[in-house]
Amino acid sequence: MAKKPVRKAAPKPRRPAARLAPQRAKAPARDQRPQLQPLVRPPKATASEMDLLRELCNAIAVSGDEGAVRRIVLDAIRDHVDEVRVDALGNVLAVKRSKRSSQRTPRLLVAAHMDEVGFMLTGHESDGSLRFELVGGVEERTLLGKPVLVGPKRLPGVIGAAPVHLLKDDRRNAVTKVSQMRIDIGVDSADAAKRWVKMGERGGFTTEFAVVGPSLRGKALDNRLGCATLIELLRAPAVYDFDLHAAFTVQEEVGLRGARVVAYAVDPACAFVLDCTPARDLPSSDDRENTQYNSRLGLGPAIYISDKGMISNDRLVRYLQQTADAAGLPYQFRQPGGGGTDAGAIHLAREGVPTVSVSVPGRYPHSPVMLARTEDWRNTVKLMRLALENWTPQVLKR
Amino acid sequence: MKPLLKKLVEAYGPSGYEGQVRDLIRAEIRNIPDYITMDPLGNLIAVVKKKAKSGKKVMLSAHMDEIGVMVSHIDERSYARFQNIGGVFPLHCVGSRVRFADGTVGVIGVDEKRDDATKIPALSDLFIDVGATSKDDCPVKVGDAAGFYRPMEELGHRLIAKSMDDRVGAAILIETLRALKSTPHEVAFVFSVQEEVGLRGAGTAAFGLDADLGIAVDVTRTGDTPNGLKMAVELGGGAAIKVRDSGMIADPRIKDLLVQRAQEARIKTQLEILERGSTDAAAMQIARGGLPAGCISIPTRYLHSPSEMVDFRDVQACVNLLLAVLQRPIEI
Repeated sequence: MAKKPVRKAAPKPRRPAARLAPQRAKAPARDQRPQLQPLVRPPKATASEMDLLRELCNAIAVSGDEGAVRRIVLDAIRDHVDEVRVDALGNVLAVKRSKRSSQRTPRLLVAAHMDEVGFMLTGHESDGSLRFELVGGVEERTLLGKPVLVGPKRLPGVIGAAPVHLLKDDRRNAVTKVSQMRIDIGVDSADAAKRWVKMGERGGFTTEFAVVGPSLRGKALDNRLGCATLIELLRAPAVYDFDLHAAFTVQEEVGLRGARVVAYAVDPACAFVLDCTPARDLPSSDDRENTQYNSRLGLGPAIYISDKGMISNDRLVRYLQQTADAAGLPYQFRQPGGGGTDAGAIHLAREGVPTVSVSVPGRYPHSPVMLARTEDWRNTVKLMRLALENWTPQVLKR
Repeated sequence: MKPLLKKLVEAYGPSGYEGQVRDLIRAEIRNIPDYITMDPLGNLIAVVKKKAKSGKKVMLSAHMDEIGVMVSHIDERSYARFQNIGGVFPLHCVGSRVRFADGTVGVIGVDEKRDDATKIPALSDLFIDVGATSKDDCPVKVGDAAGFYRPMEELGHRLIAKSMDDRVGAAILIETLRALKSTPHEVAFVFSVQEEVGLRGAGTAAFGLDADLGIAVDVTRTGDTPNGLKMAVELGGGAAIKVRDSGMIADPRIKDLLVQRAQEARIKTQLEILERGSTDAAAMQIARGGLPAGCISIPTRYLHSPSEMVDFRDVQACVNLLLAVLQRPIEI
């Protein structure tokens, strides 16, 4: 079956090195990579693609309570896939079968988690305020004074803090523990509060999604960007030689739990995981070089070589690299080290699954407002589309 | 066996990048087992098929991977910052040499001006110098993995090398495979991947093999160095039979089997409890529905340093013990 040929861009003069030159610019000659190409203008997001991202980001779906995003996902993909089901944990599993699908057709898994970090209400104080716990690795230092939405009805509240001018000096600098914080929804008794929200219900930040110049700003870009990308991959009018299994997973932020059972159920030949990774790329506070940025905005999709949970399959890393090089797409390697994605659970399922993660870089993850570059997102979509279109079992051969 | 061991310990193979060791082992064991295969994560599995109805399916595991470092950033003057692959101690890094997959060698240096120069540096205070003279000729890039780099040395009965953990285990499995004249059992010799980063290969290999019992062959510490741990294991004390470690309580049936076979064959052994550290056996024990698992350990000094020391007589005792177990029936 004829494959859509991958374009080889004509060589153009090397563009002047930017202040934060991409790692690729230092690639050695023996590596035989083509000359650094100027950025190919990435396909822009259509208005409807941006609207979908907006809807996804503004929905609140804290780990274990992903319904709001699940509904959006199901609506968006239902007409574009051959099968879709929701499993026992709430994962959405969709299949786009190849033309001549059989038992022997290889299965490819592409996963993106639907859940975000947030809060769970744990009790009612007599004064009407709510005790809460964190769900997932929320940045604790960003909590005080933030507006939140709690419960299935998205009730506005605020995380209470003592006013600055009333605090003694030593209390001003002390770190407030979550157990000392309260959410105030504007009622003044526990009975009144219980009429509005129940223990166990979730809460999230209120940030509204917005496009700000070249950037995307919103809460939960980690990982609604991954969900939006996966939806676009399912809607793409491509036909593959494999069965594409798309998984919108649950409970990634609390331990990769949804992904673990998805990988067991699908038992794929290989897997790609789409997520969002921190970009700590602002200058260091001292004058030293920032050597621990993890990833950087504007340098394209971040391919994982190794994180805390997984060492990526080297053939898949090379495959993504070659795909991007051939199409003139920018990309970067996420720094090895801590952190993890659903891939940590997927690659250890059953007899093992060759897996790689690709993320959109984002500043300030697990906080009320994240920032990413539209271009990085579009290039991630483009890279994944090409990677799927060109995939054959040869990719995995040693 | 020493030439084999020398080849193995000096080979390149940090976790995730075991290809060169795998090729080496494959060449060493060609035509001996009934078949050799590789699973999705890269575990090398050599199988000797079952000979008797009462035979068991035995999974043996020794890991091919070694600890190492991975480049995380190349700065303006081509010094490479790095992350650890597995349990790397900064103490052992300063002044050590590392080698990358293509043979590039580097030395690890330390930031002279750091927060507290009297304390042991953190990994983030260290860097690799590959001798690049300018930005444009740096032979390494972000993501490149390196292992430590030292040749093996012989000191009478004692051998020192980097990655005795667990190439000595791999050597023991190879020697056992070579010397195994007959066995009633189906034996899968697994040369596993990614043990040092979380016993990852052994878990998935165990799922695929679905064995009746599992025995890992890995190194353990000793208590016989000056002001050392209070640990009963010593170099020259024989093959260590694991009772427990931080990841596993060895199945008493396996432990007792090993003790019994050792007594019958008059093989020198010692019992081992390791307070911190674990092996592939812990992953085998909880694979699928679980399986009885144990471990034969090689006492080793200076673990996770570039100069790990074993006593060759202990290594031979491990081979003999494994043969004694495999050549007779196993009733558990």
